[in-house]
Amino acid sequence: MAMIEFEKVSKRFRRVEVLKGIDLNIDRGDRVALVGSNGAGKTTMIRCLLGEYQCGGKVRVNGLEPRQHRTEVLKHVGFVPQISPPLKMPVAQLIRFAAGVCDSDPGKMTEVAEKLGLDIHRMRHQPFNKLSGGQKQKLLISIALGRECQLLVLDEPAANLDPEARHIFFQLLEEKRDKAAMIISSHRLDEVASLVNRVVEMDQGRIVLNDHVADDVDMTSMLSCRLVLTRASEAFARTVAEWGFSDVREGIIWEGRVAGPDRLRFLGMLSRYAAILKAIHLDEATD
Amino acid sequence: MKHLLLTAAADISESLRSRWFMVYTLVFGGVVVALFASGLTESRIMGFTGLSRMLVTYLQITMAVLPLFVLITTVRSVAGDREAGIFEYMLSLPVSLASWFWGKLLGRFFVVFLPVVLAMFAAVAWGIYKGVEIPWTQVLFYTGFLISLAWCFLGIGMLVSTLARSSDVATGSAFLIWLFLLLFLDLILLGSLIKQGLPPETIIAIALANPLQVFRTGAMLLFDPQLVLLGPSAYVILDNFGEAGYLAWALVYPFVLGSLTAWLGYRLFRKGDLP
Repeated sequence: MAMIEFEKVSKRFRRVEVLKGIDLNIDRGDRVALVGSNGAGKTTMIRCLLGEYQCGGKVRVNGLEPRQHRTEVLKHVGFVPQISPPLKMPVAQLIRFAAGVCDSDPGKMTEVAEKLGLDIHRMRHQPFNKLSGGQKQKLLISIALGRECQLLVLDEPAANLDPEARHIFFQLLEEKRDKAAMIISSHRLDEVASLVNRVVEMDQGRIVLNDHVADDVDMTSMLSCRLVLTRASEAFARTVAEWGFSDVREGIIWEGRVAGPDRLRFLGMLSRYAAILKAIHLDEATD
Repeated sequence: MKHLLLTAAADISESLRSRWFMVYTLVFGGVVVALFASGLTESRIMGFTGLSRMLVTYLQITMAVLPLFVLITTVRSVAGDREAGIFEYMLSLPVSLASWFWGKLLGRFFVVFLPVVLAMFAAVAWGIYKGVEIPWTQVLFYTGFLISLAWCFLGIGMLVSTLARSSDVATGSAFLIWLFLLLFLDLILLGSLIKQGLPPETIIAIALANPLQVFRTGAMLLFDPQLVLLGPSAYVILDNFGEAGYLAWALVYPFVLGSLTAWLGYRLFRKGDLP
């Protein structure tokens, strides 16, 4: 029996059929990229999985229906939404609330948050909705990863993270790699390609592609990178500075490190500056 | 129980940081200050003096303001939370739907009830400080009426929030409910209905089913046991209920109505889509 089973799952909002008989099995250890354009049905499918929507057909997690066995199922599910909820409660209370309802240790969530670069002690009284986009994302990731989960549902999880936090996030996912199944939703495959071993593409409420992909990328790996330009460019300098690169020679030569799973995203960024790129050196970092 | 308390605490925390709560607290605090400032405690009108005169006025104002505030803020924040994606995230955590719904109701009850009662008890404390005689029986009954009225409109608010899929529709519906109840509050309107030929018992039954009228008549009964101010309707009320019976009705009925509407809201919430 698969860990997650979708059997002829359908969902209709008045006259619009958003899911049209979805059949899909996901096993422990599967890391699924759920991709598709806006309106493809990704969010609806996730909400059916979380028991938030009533739907036709059957959804089962470890043999249990999420709607009927909410607490048993959701106890083992970590969810990070794409858009952070505008909660006004302070950071410390949100952690206490989440840990309380999940029967988890709030200390572990705080530990993950600190690994991701959040100073929880300093921001404990700060309302959640006053945090920056990146801070909110890090906190929600910490709540999801700071407890024992068998299933992680992540909706564009690393979109607001800086490169350093992305690298740590990939390391944390690596720790869960064999223990949990992961569903990573994104409208762009290149954002998540190197994190997954399966790709499920949706279009207009149907699964149009369900394939396994090679997952040779070590999620904890780092690449050292050296870029040579034909001329200095301010726009390029700003962009690579966000990736933590430093200027080695008058804006012409840049050096830095890129997290292994981020390589495709990094090359995508570089493609925007193809006209001024003279050389790219990417090597596995040894330390 | 732990999940219910955590949800209630989270809702209280959310509410205390909301603008509506500040406005709400200022309104009720402001009413008490205004009544003191206008010298109402020293006035003598229709035989009522001192703190009881002030409490009567406070209750009459509360009756008009409290239900509207409770309805609008409840539907706006519950339906608004759903629209803003708060439900999507919070209900992805393993909290049971019962704990979530009833915890939210309890949390909201606390924030709705607290400013009103604190303002009333501030008036009582001021009375004690000034050496004015405190009408303790009235104060206790008023507190009970306020609990019952607040609970009633919270229940209605939760039902409306569950039924309406957007905060705009929820706000509009809440306002219409309040207006409808206010319309049937007016004894002149009831009088004209009698003129139309409806039997008086039907009219009185309509008035007794209206939680606003029940609250108002109950509050009146405490300082006017013969309900002289109410006119001929008083005969039907006192003949059928008696003074103690009506006071019990005024305490219990809005509470039961609120519980029933909240329960219906919960049933629908459990059956439908959550976010």
